[in-house]
Amino acid sequence: MWNTIYNWLDERLGFNELYTNLLDRPEPKTTWWNTLGSASMFLFIMQGLTGIFLTVYYTPSPDHAYDSIQYIMEGVAFGWLIRGIHHWGATLMVILVFVHMLRVFFTASFKFPRELTWLIGIGLFLTTLGMGFTGYLLPWNQKAYWATTVGTQIAGTVPFLGEFILKALRGGPELSALTLQRFFSAHIWIIPALLAGLMGVHLYLIIKHGESHFPTKED
Amino acid sequence: MSGSHELSRRDFIKVTTGIVGGLIGAVVGLPAIFYLIDPALQEGGKEAWIPIGKFEDMQVGVPYPFSFTRVQVNGWERTASSFGGYAIRKSDSPDDLLVLNSRCTHLACTVNWHAESDAYICPCHDAKFSMEGEVLDGPPPRALDIYEEHRLTDDGLIEIFFKEG
Ligand code: HEM
Ligand code: FES
Repeated sequence: MWNTIYNWLDERLGFNELYTNLLDRPEPKTTWWNTLGSASMFLFIMQGLTGIFLTVYYTPSPDHAYDSIQYIMEGVAFGWLIRGIHHWGATLMVILVFVHMLRVFFTASFKFPRELTWLIGIGLFLTTLGMGFTGYLLPWNQKAYWATTVGTQIAGTVPFLGEFILKALRGGPELSALTLQRFFSAHIWIIPALLAGLMGVHLYLIIKHGESHFPTKED
Repeated sequence: MSGSHELSRRDFIKVTTGIVGGLIGAVVGLPAIFYLIDPALQEGGKEAWIPIGKFEDMQVGVPYPFSFTRVQVNGWERTASSFGGYAIRKSDSPDDLLVLNSRCTHLACTVNWHAESDAYICPCHDAKFSMEGEVLDGPPPRALDIYEEHRLTDDGLIEIFFKEG
């Protein structure tokens, strides 16, 4: 009975093939260093889930952002846990992605035919940093406010375009409700969408090329 | 491999992954459910006596409108909610008073007294209630709710007993 259903679905969806490609593909001799990409992906999913839960109570307005987070921490059951995971997960994700990048660099895995995997990886690293930068403002406390003041001010020092970039980031010359709102939008929609898209291509390429052999002394 | 009772390396990995994954899922998933439904688990129900008007201002046989607001703390914000109704005096005795809640028993819009129609009319789906709150027309399933407990204070004020839902 179950077999019939399974086979019917499999003929149309190709589970088995998918399973082989995703979880049972041939690998060279690998080490724990090869798990860092998957660990980054796990954290991305975790951040996505806890982030969705945070938006149930969080309010991106200067009047309420701080209080709504206070409420999550003290008023809501397990709010501290959900926010805690998201908070520490953010830092951990930046570290993991960076270490993953270092390992790919040191094992020279960025060479042909994986140059695109590497370039897309750069995109992944930058968007991950973008997540951290935009997320940091959301609690709208002193640290968040001044960190974003400084961060956007630095972006403003770019020659010629600086002032435009600063205004585009802040939604005006100074930090305001517009800044908080656009950082929120970037943090929950724009950057995650980019990140997910890049991750899709990254994973496609990894499945297509397989993991690289680590170089040996002879290489 | 097959036929032996020993766990293969692959199966061991599968089982461990399943167990660890399940544990992580439970440790985060269960609290997440409580996190979501937390506001629904909060106890409300503050009680108060609320003055609705002077007894002498209420005329026999004419619905006397009143309204009041209650401030509730919802999450990180204080929200003022409005409530209201009509007091209908039937005789000289302050006990002979009917205090109706103007919240429509259909889907909670606020009904208004229309003297010319001799009825409370609901703007949402045209329900009509008699002066005493009986359904005359429209979809409501039952008569208007009544504030059962009310009292006359020494200052000549009518107060109703109100319990937050
Ligand atoms: C959100 C961030 C990232 C995720 C989710 C991710 C995910 C993955 C996964 C699952 C793998 C296969 C397993 C492994 O080798 O660890 C992988 C491999 C790879 N990643 Fe990433 N990655 C990310 C960031 C980066 C960055 C920042 C770079 C470099 C700039 C990069 C470059 C590569 C390359 C070249 C490979 C192929 C390695 C090989 O074949 O040996 N990735 N990535
Ligand atoms: S809510 Fe009053 S008639 Fe529907």
